[in-house]
Amino acid sequence: MHETDMTKALIMTVRDWYESQPEQPQIQTIHLIVGQFTCVEPASLQFAFEVQTRNSFLENAALAIQETPLIAFCHPCQKEYHPQMGQQYACPDCQNPMEDIRSGRELKVDRIEYA
Amino acid sequence: MHQTFDAALEINLLHANQAGAEENRRHFEDWGITCFNIMSSPGAGKTVLLERTLEALSPKLKIAVIEGDMTTELDAERLRQYHVPVIAINTGRSCHLDSKMVSGGIHRLAHEYNPSEFDLVLVENVGNLVCPAEFEVGEHQKVALLSVTEGEDKPLKYPVMFQEADCLLITKIDLAPYLDIDLQRIEDNVRQMNPNVTIIPVSAKTKVGLEDWLAWIEKQL
Repeated sequence: MHETDMTKALIMTVRDWYESQPEQPQIQTIHLIVGQFTCVEPASLQFAFEVQTRNSFLENAALAIQETPLIAFCHPCQKEYHPQMGQQYACPDCQNPMEDIRSGRELKVDRIEYA
Repeated sequence: MHQTFDAALEINLLHANQAGAEENRRHFEDWGITCFNIMSSPGAGKTVLLERTLEALSPKLKIAVIEGDMTTELDAERLRQYHVPVIAINTGRSCHLDSKMVSGGIHRLAHEYNPSEFDLVLVENVGNLVCPAEFEVGEHQKVALLSVTEGEDKPLKYPVMFQEADCLLITKIDLAPYLDIDLQRIEDNVRQMNPNVTIIPVSAKTKVGLEDWLAWIEKQL
């Protein structure tokens, strides 16, 4: 549901950049990074983007979403592991809690392709 | 054929909300206010917890409530009985409060009262285990509620909320004897992703655990 708000934030971020350019470019693709350990569903975001950019400066722009997996680092074992979303977050080897998330919390506009 | 260019932005999507939350927190700190963001699924018992909290603490602390969980004025009316300012935010069909909405509430508080007189602002978020976890509103502490009727697996299914919480209240524990619920498993599940969270089992009905919750609040001020 809040993908609508996330999309608004996305459009505002891109608009700031767009308006700061000396000549208004034709934006082709917005590259977004969405971590697995966030509350954002890429498919809903894609849909919200399509609807909310109609008749705007982003009408013809595509949204490319790159998902990053949840990766945690276990300090006692000194190694990375992949927690099982929905089932197990502690280290599978030593059961130490998930304290150090190395990937999966990203929610950012990475880059913009334009002509 | 035309050339395409690339601009690296690397801007966090929640940047604007985060900046607003920090501004709200600065206001609270200027006024000497501690703020809690209270979150749970609908029906976990946020409003009744606030009622018991106001009943116990409003005689000795100056408290205000920012009420986001309202499709009607019903919750706000329930809380006004305790003679504290209850600022109802019109969240429309939003599934969470954001820092801008709470900023509106803060301005109303500052306009209608002397904000420096307040010790504590309790923000009751919209009932939802997903979205509120991503939108900071300027709180000092995040408080999550999970009622025993929701099941032990909810922390595993909605990990972001439970990972972010500073305090978890396991509510309605008076119902535990009637359910196949393992309180220890709820704790273990939460501690897998949030080992340092304070966990307090409570019942607003029998008032079991309420003293611990009130003591936790006073420690945060």
